[in-house]
Amino acid sequence: MEPVASIVQRHGGRRDACIKILQEIQTAYGYLPKDALRWVTDHTKITPRQIYGVATFYEWFRFQPVGKHMIRTCHGTACHVNGARQTTREVQEILGVKDRETTPDGMFTLESVACLGCCSLAPVMMVGEQVFGRLAPKDMKKLIQDYRRKHAHDHEPGKKAHGHAHKPGHARPHAHPDGHGAKS
Amino acid sequence: MTTSAVPAASSGSPTNGGRWRVAVGLGSCGAAAGAQGLYDLLRKRIDPARVALEQTGCAGLCHREPMLELHSPTGERWTYVHLDAPGVERILDEHVGQGKVVDHHLLEGQDRAEGVRAYLGKQQKIVLENCGRVNPESLDDYVAAGGYAALAKVIDTMRPAEVVELIGASGLRGRGGAGFPTGQKWKFGAEALSPIKYLVCNGDEGDPGAFMDRGVMESDPHRVVEGMVIGAYAIGATQGFVYVRAEYPLAVKRMELAMAQARAAGHLGVDIRGSGFSFDLQVREGAGAFVCGEETALMMSIEGERGMPRMRPPYPTQAGLWGRPTVINNVETFACVPWIVRHGAEAFAALGTAKSKGTKVFSLAGKIKRGGLVEVPMGITLREILEDVGGGSSTGRPIKAVQTGGPSGGCIPAAQFDTRIDYEELARLGAIMGSGGMIVLDDSACMVDFARYFLGFTSKESCGKCAPCRIGTQRMLEILTRITEGKGTEQDLVTLRELADSIGAMSLCGLGQTAPNPVLTTMRHYFHEYEAHVRDKKCPAHSCRALLSYSIDESLCKGCSLCAQACPSQAIAGGPKKPHVLDYTRCIHCGSCLDACRFDAVKTA
Repeated sequence: MEPVASIVQRHGGRRDACIKILQEIQTAYGYLPKDALRWVTDHTKITPRQIYGVATFYEWFRFQPVGKHMIRTCHGTACHVNGARQTTREVQEILGVKDRETTPDGMFTLESVACLGCCSLAPVMMVGEQVFGRLAPKDMKKLIQDYRRKHAHDHEPGKKAHGHAHKPGHARPHAHPDGHGAKS
Repeated sequence: MTTSAVPAASSGSPTNGGRWRVAVGLGSCGAAAGAQGLYDLLRKRIDPARVALEQTGCAGLCHREPMLELHSPTGERWTYVHLDAPGVERILDEHVGQGKVVDHHLLEGQDRAEGVRAYLGKQQKIVLENCGRVNPESLDDYVAAGGYAALAKVIDTMRPAEVVELIGASGLRGRGGAGFPTGQKWKFGAEALSPIKYLVCNGDEGDPGAFMDRGVMESDPHRVVEGMVIGAYAIGATQGFVYVRAEYPLAVKRMELAMAQARAAGHLGVDIRGSGFSFDLQVREGAGAFVCGEETALMMSIEGERGMPRMRPPYPTQAGLWGRPTVINNVETFACVPWIVRHGAEAFAALGTAKSKGTKVFSLAGKIKRGGLVEVPMGITLREILEDVGGGSSTGRPIKAVQTGGPSGGCIPAAQFDTRIDYEELARLGAIMGSGGMIVLDDSACMVDFARYFLGFTSKESCGKCAPCRIGTQRMLEILTRITEGKGTEQDLVTLRELADSIGAMSLCGLGQTAPNPVLTTMRHYFHEYEAHVRDKKCPAHSCRALLSYSIDESLCKGCSLCAQACPSQAIAGGPKKPHVLDYTRCIHCGSCLDACRFDAVKTA
């Protein structure tokens, strides 16, 4: 529980720290493990009721582990009118999973999101922390194959997954490869 | 690493210490378009003794990304666009090496010059004046561009009441959507009696299709900090929060960095500029809830709770965060403030219309040739934005409508494009200014499906606190889905309108009150499309798949059999390399063949 202890220490145990603490726990573990949450409620003013309420209200939080890399397909308005449905369907077919599911090899979790804010590059998707724009269904196979090849060997949480894109902005312990990015 | 080697006042300075300077645009869009790779390439290739490498934010020219600015040792400047690795190599070899400008990638290059003039010609930059010009991670750059001069003027020479008066006289209205006069809000904040007051910047830009707040926070974060400190001085706030959605990690990082730099330089924190006035700021990240853009929900979220809105009054200026008076303004609103202080209220009020002053930033996207962040004076027509600035349709098909204001806004048909941009004018058409998202649709867009898309969004994002929104948006979505699947009835259209009226009238917060707008505006301007879906079971835009009939054009079919493999109902037959045939009696109208075909041989009617 060491990461949790240091997270709580940094933010203090007041109720208004709840969202920040949960965000950092998820960044550290990739999801919200029960033991970590129990530690928080035992050591702070934050109650189980508040944690469950907050974690189920905000899209970002999840109680289940996810694959090593998140694939977030954007369904903002610009992406919608530029064919996001078709590219998403193609990705689902290639990976053999539906929205919010993880591939059997644990490599990817697919998730559709509301808007990544890169509207002029629509349609857009984010794999890990990298944003890919101006997509077409026919590009998807190669894109996923390339990504899979490039990242075949990064799996331990805490290991820096990719050298590109922006680095996580603030001190977050043991950055999970994909803990920091779009809405989940 | 590279920026620290650059002399303090780098931006706009006539010399660069005898070195060339390369500044790569690294906003999220630029990075997504490949600028990060080019930045890494440059870092490997250049000799730091000869060329300084820097980053800037977003210049608003998203359709030209990735791009960089090259500054010669004598202070000349070139903008290079549409770059790739060979292009960057050429610029290093030919321009930096031999002094030859690379016309092929130049922003004002031959074939681009006219478009660039049109794109920039009608724009007037107040909020975006520094975006793409200063290094967002450098306080010195911001100061060299005139930053924190407004704060100095306010703290050294003005009383708080004078600041409130100045903002009031400028006519600035809230840029987050509703357009409440900022001066008035600050006056309420200043008049509230409390030892503790809060100031909040709403950067929860949740509208799909809007990215101006991200642009400002990523490209010119100090401007937001400066605007907020001025606001805090005016109302007497001691603590402030910048609420940023979690989807914007780069904005979070740069806002936090700007705060730390401002604090170290004495522009923020305890005893600002030796005046005795203290105010500090922190970032609070959202966690993916659209409703948190609503001010009372946003405050709940800052308090660490579920982001559910509450009734107003009491307004936040009476009882906000932890029950204390709280003033909440949008990112763009705060970004206007330093300019107003520096140039005077009259200069700002001279721009725009009678009731809407200054400029507005729009994010132009969808089927538009030149998309990006554009800042235009209020009062300009939609046609000028779409045709002159945006360059018209990107697909060659005519523009059918523009959607403003995201899920709370509405569709404005092409016939109304001579409307002037103004809070009241847009409201008159049933749309809203909103945060400034502008999505352009061509004639391939089905307006019923488009309304269904937005209801899908709002029904999912409804927080569930009040019944009209929670249940009503769900019912509207079901009806709209039914209509796009060809199962709608005429009664559905009546029910839809009744639901829209009552949800708008009875919902607790802005999310529910405006959720019916996409339906109401499309029904108002495109009722014939609803009728065609319901009566004739046809989609005039050929977009709703269940209402299309499919056929295979024998002359285009190569017999690759991809369509037959994709068809879930085995309706397509044909041997290898022979034209395939579709059996209409088995077709379930799913459109899988249309997606699968690589030769445009699947035709719809």
